[in-house]
Amino acid sequence: MSFEPFILSFKLASLTTLILFCLALPLAWYLSQTRSLAKPFLETLTALPIVLPPSVLGFYLLWALSPDAMIGSFFEEYFGIKLVFTFSGLVVASCFYSLPFMVQPLQNGFESLNKHMIEASYIAGKTPLQTLLFVALPNMKPALLTALIITFAHTVGEFGVVLMVGGSIPGETKVASVAIYEMVETMEYGTAHIYSAIMLALSFVVLLSVYFFNAMQKRRRF
Amino acid sequence: MLKLSISKELEGSEGKIDLQVELHIEQGSFLAITGHSGSGKSTLLRIIAGLEDAEGSIVVDKQQWLDGTKKLPVQKRSIGFVFQDYALFENMTVKEHLLFVQKDEKLAQELLSIMELEGLASRYPKNLSGGQKQRVAIARALMRKPKLLLLDEPLSALDPEMRNKLQDEILHLHKRFGTTTIMVSHDPQEIEKLASTVYKLHKGKLQKV
Repeated sequence: MSFEPFILSFKLASLTTLILFCLALPLAWYLSQTRSLAKPFLETLTALPIVLPPSVLGFYLLWALSPDAMIGSFFEEYFGIKLVFTFSGLVVASCFYSLPFMVQPLQNGFESLNKHMIEASYIAGKTPLQTLLFVALPNMKPALLTALIITFAHTVGEFGVVLMVGGSIPGETKVASVAIYEMVETMEYGTAHIYSAIMLALSFVVLLSVYFFNAMQKRRRF
Repeated sequence: MLKLSISKELEGSEGKIDLQVELHIEQGSFLAITGHSGSGKSTLLRIIAGLEDAEGSIVVDKQQWLDGTKKLPVQKRSIGFVFQDYALFENMTVKEHLLFVQKDEKLAQELLSIMELEGLASRYPKNLSGGQKQRVAIARALMRKPKLLLLDEPLSALDPEMRNKLQDEILHLHKRFGTTTIMVSHDPQEIEKLASTVYKLHKGKLQKV
């Protein structure tokens, strides 16, 4: 039995979480501070991956990332990276797929901070970036942890989008969820059982750690 | 020291208010602003701090803080601001609050000592009483050696005994640093004790009391 699909899943989830954190942080901060009319539109766009069927998202991504389309040709021309049926393509697709799971907890975290606390930092002469790093983020650790872990877990758990954008190339795009699907198709139920049990146990531990940490934080505060 | 002439339309508790304020403050004075809740007192302080937009002009020691609608950023104004809800940084100890504003160990030590916070220097806000929290907030506001100290109902959440004690400390600090101060307050006894000039904000206009 090979663990390659698991390693691939975790590599994909780690990279996606890292990239999304950097992209989502300024977006979530902006959404929490702005009163602009653009806010509901941006919030809607961010939330779309939650409601869209993965096949719809996968289809559009496949279309956008193909070498004939704008994003695909841009990456191929300037970075020499192919985005369809490659690991890089999976990372890009996962960033779209998991975007709301990073943005929403961060935005909620920022919005739950005392507004006066942020203003007090500005009055102390600190820039928005300094305020974000030294005042806002340290005071919303549960939201921060939720965003990171749920994004990671959600990316490990994705299936439809990766199958459409990545296919099932061993060692390149065949992640754990896709591998299980194939095992069931080819009636390798024994391996499918082991793989599924590992996924179930890991997901349980990851989610439990988030809820446990948040419960402890709340207890310490009161 | 401060010359202000601003206007702003507010949604007050009794409908729209046209806030039209002219104010001139001498260096080192202690000014109190009183008035009904919803009369725009806090908004006026926030406009001076740069936390709210307004139209007009604010000049502090020849530096233009507001010119028409063009604002000098909050960060560049030499102010200290004390909020009614303290607004402390939950992730920082008492001493870290002061050093976050300015890495001036000597001034931090002096303020801790005046505010009787030395024994609490390594505590976090969640382990402080209301009065202690507000002392930290006042000390933090003075760490930048501001030209202007703005107090927004700073003691209204405290019990009478603690109020009295903190009033004495604010008075002491005002004598020690000579910082020009504007305080919003409801409490006539407090105003009497601290302020040299008193204004009432009524229907969007300031009236001298």
